[in-house]
Amino acid sequence: MAQLSMNLLTISFFFYLLATIFYAVALTGKKWRNRNREVTGNKWGNFGYIASIGGLLFSLGYFVTRWIEIGFAPVSNMFEYLTFFSITISLAFVLLYGMYRMNALGLFTMPVVMLMIGYASVFVTEYQPLQPALQSYWLEIHVLTTGLGQGILAISFGAGLVQLLRMIDLKSKRITKQTFGIEFVMYMIISLVAFILVTNSFNAFNYEATFSYVNEFDEQAEVQYTLPPIFGPNEGELLTADRMEPWVEMPVWIVSDDFNTVVWAFGTGLLLYVGIRLVTRRRVGALFQPLLKNVNPETMDEISYRAIAIGFPIFTLGGLVFAMIWAQVAWTRFWGWDPKEVWALITFLFYAAYLHLRLNRNWQGERSGWLAVIGFAIIMFNLIFVNLVIAGLHSYA
Amino acid sequence: MNKKCECGRVNPYGTEVCGSCGKPLVDPDSNRLLNMRYEGAARRSQTYSTSIIDKIWNFFSSVKVGIGLIVVTLIASMIGTIFPQELFIPPGEDPSVHYFEEYGPLGQLYYSFGFHNLYGSWWYMLLIAALGISILIASIDRFFPLYRALRSQRVTRHPNFLHRQRIFGTSHVENVDETMEKAKKALQKRRYKIREEDGNLLAEKNRWARWGPYVNHIGLIVFLIGASLRFVPGMYVHDNVWVREGETEVVPGTSGEFFVENLAFTMEVYDEDDPLFQEGMEASNAVMFESLFRTDAVLYRPEGTLGLDQSLVEVDRHGIEVNDPLHFDDFSLYQVDYKLHELSEMTFDVEDRLTNEEVGSFAVDLNNPEDDYSLSNGETVRIHSYFPNYIINDEGIPATENAVPDNPAFIFEMVNDDTEEEEHTFIGIQRNFDITPNDEPHRYSYSLSGIDTNHVTGLTVRQDNTIPYLIIGGAIFMIGLAQGSYWSHRRIWLQAKNNEVWVAAHTNKNWQSLKKDISNVAHYAKLSMPKDQTDLEDHDKS
Repeated sequence: MAQLSMNLLTISFFFYLLATIFYAVALTGKKWRNRNREVTGNKWGNFGYIASIGGLLFSLGYFVTRWIEIGFAPVSNMFEYLTFFSITISLAFVLLYGMYRMNALGLFTMPVVMLMIGYASVFVTEYQPLQPALQSYWLEIHVLTTGLGQGILAISFGAGLVQLLRMIDLKSKRITKQTFGIEFVMYMIISLVAFILVTNSFNAFNYEATFSYVNEFDEQAEVQYTLPPIFGPNEGELLTADRMEPWVEMPVWIVSDDFNTVVWAFGTGLLLYVGIRLVTRRRVGALFQPLLKNVNPETMDEISYRAIAIGFPIFTLGGLVFAMIWAQVAWTRFWGWDPKEVWALITFLFYAAYLHLRLNRNWQGERSGWLAVIGFAIIMFNLIFVNLVIAGLHSYA
Repeated sequence: MNKKCECGRVNPYGTEVCGSCGKPLVDPDSNRLLNMRYEGAARRSQTYSTSIIDKIWNFFSSVKVGIGLIVVTLIASMIGTIFPQELFIPPGEDPSVHYFEEYGPLGQLYYSFGFHNLYGSWWYMLLIAALGISILIASIDRFFPLYRALRSQRVTRHPNFLHRQRIFGTSHVENVDETMEKAKKALQKRRYKIREEDGNLLAEKNRWARWGPYVNHIGLIVFLIGASLRFVPGMYVHDNVWVREGETEVVPGTSGEFFVENLAFTMEVYDEDDPLFQEGMEASNAVMFESLFRTDAVLYRPEGTLGLDQSLVEVDRHGIEVNDPLHFDDFSLYQVDYKLHELSEMTFDVEDRLTNEEVGSFAVDLNNPEDDYSLSNGETVRIHSYFPNYIINDEGIPATENAVPDNPAFIFEMVNDDTEEEEHTFIGIQRNFDITPNDEPHRYSYSLSGIDTNHVTGLTVRQDNTIPYLIIGGAIFMIGLAQGSYWSHRRIWLQAKNNEVWVAAHTNKNWQSLKKDISNVAHYAKLSMPKDQTDLEDHDKS
């Protein structure tokens, strides 16, 4: 059953890939007019929609089979939560695409779903048991609701990004705040792709390099690298044979293997980014623009807003209300300023500010698009950084 | 200063759009889209600004100020997560050194700004309070004018009102009455409420969604008031208690009204060879995977007079687990901590060095030692000193760090019958030497022959009487949020002008869906689809 479950997830990944391709084809527009000069691009949009629904069904299959086998909702570690997040994003997409039928939304949302599955695959994928603090039906209530809210909010990012790519001039040579912002977002996405590719490649070859080093307590300790050590640990000595020697030794207060991974991600990301720009001689964002010519930015603005208007209450219910109730039961207090709690509050405050800003027409349109992008960045920060770097009660992975 | 509109309504001073017929009163000849926020009703904050009270009111009623407060709170909250807050640093650490030692100069700076206790700082509380005031005043400032304006709106609207709506269009029709009748049917089908007046129509839907923001703001205010009640004495108790297996302790914070006994503490871990989880556990860095922490607890209430005939009467028993606290009265007892294998008893053998024979043994209950112990040969061992957690203090004198027997040490005293001297012997973990007299070896020697251990459970006692207010506030907030988010207030005006039908429409969000409604009606009643005038405006600009 474990194998079946993972296979379903893999199949869903390819469905999402197919959906992306269909939506891209649908957006190339002109070529797909029939003899009566009617746009048939929409047909490809329908194929895209069918593929994304297929992907959703298969990934739900993964979720249900895994749930049945382990006996609790598979949302208790990073792999499980990220795959669940990918499911909620595609669910929210299927919902909102049904309302607005915008192919551009699919072109940008489906890759985000794939990215989440890819990123999840970096973590331990095997079943892990539940620690006592998580043994409660509130696990399902709190995490599923929060994840659904975040998934819907992620759609606002996709729509916001389309809106920005549609509205901002990326062809002119001048570097403005806007062009920099767009390219920065592109670079971050490319770095995530690079990270997934690099980690999975070295994992496939079971790469491991063990060092003995002197830790912050002046004690001898060991550390395992899963990526080639560009940055070695403090007074590190390589124990594994046939591995490259580190180029630079890190001071003791830096967690050297994590730092090494971060440099790998952003380094290969930079190589990819510069490579793309040199080959295409365009800004990365500009590559998408020909596909988006016919997109109505007003509609994208409304989708982005609508996603936030739908997702915000659900996120608040799951990430704050249910979270507080569970915290009162499990941790004796409904609120304890744990970093993850604080970042849920920050997310709440951010979208609250967004909703109030939109009362002013000046903040609708492009500015709203930027806010939607930043909001998603906050969610991802809470998911990645707060879980993995800032130690707290939510460090499960 | 009130103004009378041509339709006969007397509008309060400051009104921008007549509350009855909708005639624009400010800038009446402009062609720009009408600002429909709060229906153009007079708001106190937009009307008066002379007195100090006006100025305070205007400050807090501003949405800009509100957003500013949200953003400042957001940034402050972020700063608080850069380094751990004081309550998360290891207990007993001095924060003034800890931050520098752990995080260097930046940590020192963080500490000196007081960011180590950010969420409890006066300025953070002040921010939250200001946010609460802003929510309250901004809501009052807007709700009442909006409510009155929507209640008094007439069906027939001024032409300037109609053609300055975002969605507006006119159609020539053969038979006005017939068209209106068809439109009415189509609108009713889409669940619009219809009002008619002089052959004109107002179709309205979900007006109550407009109250959503005000309802959720009320919820937030109740929540914030509830949270501030924590500082009222008697509302909040938080304490910890350690209970050894087999022991009964008073529950702190209950003024001696409750006692809790720990029958047994159980910790279980997942089986390493569990076929389901084996691989996942191996792949993780964790050494072990705990599956259960449980204290089998009995709750007692004392009866009788303290010191005379007091006895404990059982009230309840419960296996306290992490997600399953023991509730009683307004209190809850939670499983939060544990200590396995704490020393509970030490057994010593005593040997007579003259005869090399064992003269007896005794067991000391480390948590409740006796003053003296009789040996089988009739001699007595007296405990001269007991250090449950032995240290040498700053003055170089043996002392105990606390009452927890983590590192127990004793000075035993026995009388040597031959010399009639009191012999003192120091004995602890890996320590065993004679103290006085120290000129010759003692007659009696001690050796540790056995230990017994015990599990200790750490329980948290909590009483939080603010929770009902928080639940009420939270529930109102969620209802208001849903009300304002999942429904949108839509209005469509259809007016007959000679042989034309004018259509105008307004909503506070989701214009695409409103347009769908209108196109449906237009199709059914054979009206031309009205235009979205923002598209036209944008077009003019470009």
